[in-house]
Amino acid sequence: MSETQSLRAWLLTDTPTSRRHAKFAAAYQGWLSFRSNTMAMIGLWILIFLVFVAIAAPLLAPHDPFEQTLANRLQGLNADGHILGTDSLGRDILSRLIYGSRITLFIVGLVALIAPITGLLVGTVAGYVGGWVDTILMRITDIFLAFPRLVLALAFVAALGAGIENAVLAISLTAWPPYARMARAETLTIRSSDYISAIQLQGAGPLRIITKHIWPLCISSLIVRVTLDMAGIILAAAGLGFLGLGAQPPSPEWGAMISEGRRFILDSWWVATMPGLAIFTVSLAFNLLGDGLRDVLDPKDAET
Amino acid sequence: MASTDNNGGARGRAPFPPWILTTVRTIGSIVVTMLGLMFITFIIGRVMPIDPVLAIVGEQATKATYDAAYQQLGLDRPILVQFFYYVWDVLHGDFGDSLLNARPVVDDIKRVFPATLELATLGVFMGIVLGVPLGVIAAVKRGSWIDQIARVIALVGYSMPIFWLGLMGLLVFYGILGWVGGPGRVGIFYVDVVPSVTGMILIDSMLDGNWEVFKDAFSHIILPASLLGYYSLAYISRMTRSFMLEQMSAEYIVTARVKGMSEAAVIWRHAFKNIRVQLITVIALSYANLLEGSVLTEIIFSWPGIGQYITTALLSADMNAVLGGTVVVGLVFVLLNIFSDLLYKVFDPRAK
Repeated sequence: MSETQSLRAWLLTDTPTSRRHAKFAAAYQGWLSFRSNTMAMIGLWILIFLVFVAIAAPLLAPHDPFEQTLANRLQGLNADGHILGTDSLGRDILSRLIYGSRITLFIVGLVALIAPITGLLVGTVAGYVGGWVDTILMRITDIFLAFPRLVLALAFVAALGAGIENAVLAISLTAWPPYARMARAETLTIRSSDYISAIQLQGAGPLRIITKHIWPLCISSLIVRVTLDMAGIILAAAGLGFLGLGAQPPSPEWGAMISEGRRFILDSWWVATMPGLAIFTVSLAFNLLGDGLRDVLDPKDAET
Repeated sequence: MASTDNNGGARGRAPFPPWILTTVRTIGSIVVTMLGLMFITFIIGRVMPIDPVLAIVGEQATKATYDAAYQQLGLDRPILVQFFYYVWDVLHGDFGDSLLNARPVVDDIKRVFPATLELATLGVFMGIVLGVPLGVIAAVKRGSWIDQIARVIALVGYSMPIFWLGLMGLLVFYGILGWVGGPGRVGIFYVDVVPSVTGMILIDSMLDGNWEVFKDAFSHIILPASLLGYYSLAYISRMTRSFMLEQMSAEYIVTARVKGMSEAAVIWRHAFKNIRVQLITVIALSYANLLEGSVLTEIIFSWPGIGQYITTALLSADMNAVLGGTVVVGLVFVLLNIFSDLLYKVFDPRAK
């Protein structure tokens, strides 16, 4: 008890004794203000639950998600041990949803790595180097921004071939330009500050300045943006899956499941409804979490 | 665009007045953006794994027939030359012929674009009519139940897959309640009844005085348009709210209140007047997004618009159709963006 109390006191101190101490204290205070945001906490819990479901999928799923029993097709809710019913091939919908969470996390995770890193690279280089490099890089960014996003993703997938990896690539390709814009704007303000000149006078090269002094300052706004973008990424991935350009059958991807259920929508509504609810819940969770994170990490853009 | 609007042109003895330089720069950036857009689409079209020649001649064709078609399509020329010819043709209003139905792509686009325009216009109209007042009230009565509702509407709008909501709408309002027409633009008995003038059935049937067709078309468009309207409502109301909050905390609002002005006058004559320009930018953006982003909605509702056209063309390797459709959508998007940028410069003295 007293140990946790002293840890709390250590974390809440106004007079940190070292740089690491200050960092921990700031992070803890951020966590405290984040924790008081109920909606953001709900979002966080939903996502923790999602990760848990994805990891424990084989233990949680009541049936084999790929097992087809044609005699048992299009069973309603709670029929025959199938809590959410069965689809047109007699597969258990709940089990497919549980396994589908892995695909969703895979897509979101990869895009959330590729797009911001690409954007950060392009944006900081353009902002720091300036001149014609800046002009060319930003012109390319503008061109990608001018593209209809879904159409561009569609075209890429059509060119590369349908599949989940190509869907990830296509979504990343359409998602990076806003990050590049953001990173460039931040770099421009940071570049002209005095401490950068001081480091330059100490002999630091551009590589060192960009990686050690500019990137760390761009990270927090980037994280907020990524979290808020996740919902859009999930929706885009589901859209591609729905059009038959993402994960291929029999993969239990949620968007593809909606597309399968679309044909029976008037008679067997649950087949298309359940995966839609899953997509909605997860992207809602990301939006709630993103709003909360923005309030903590980026107070100047906070709404309330 | 932030990189282009500095005031470098006005310094020293410039040979041209600054507005000419700005205009030239704006046009230059449109041209470069459009060329880049066309180039990327062009490259995508060329690396597609589906063979456009086979799509025309079929699997059984002899080598000679294949080669003839290959040459006729100009595929034997270097890719940059092909691109150059393509741009040249586009500048003359020629997007080539569709590989599938052999009609000029321009004619196809003229046919499908009005359908998308009709849908998106009605959608954004709903978004404005409901979204702007909702945003204003949410900002003025911050924290009230209306503000909470506005927040939920926006959150749900940002999180809901549009194709799923469309399906649910069809299920409930068409399948169960039967309040609206099903997929498509008009019922099967009304197809091609009114002469096509604008290509927008609501307007055409009004011009023709055929109210029966109008009613049927309206019952078909109302659901997809409400769907798009909901998404633009979510965005517009959120932005309106945050713009209004910014104004309402300004000192001139306090002054107006101290002067004894009525609250309605403070809100509408002072605060709202100052967000109009920002609002138009948001609306233009939302409109552009609806025009380009209605792909999934059009597919759910079998709406014969440009989104469905591009998707179908993509899946059947109809390169000319894909290129043409994408270029048109891209052009509309770029023009709307530039239009809102210009509005900013004209109406907001601070931007000068």
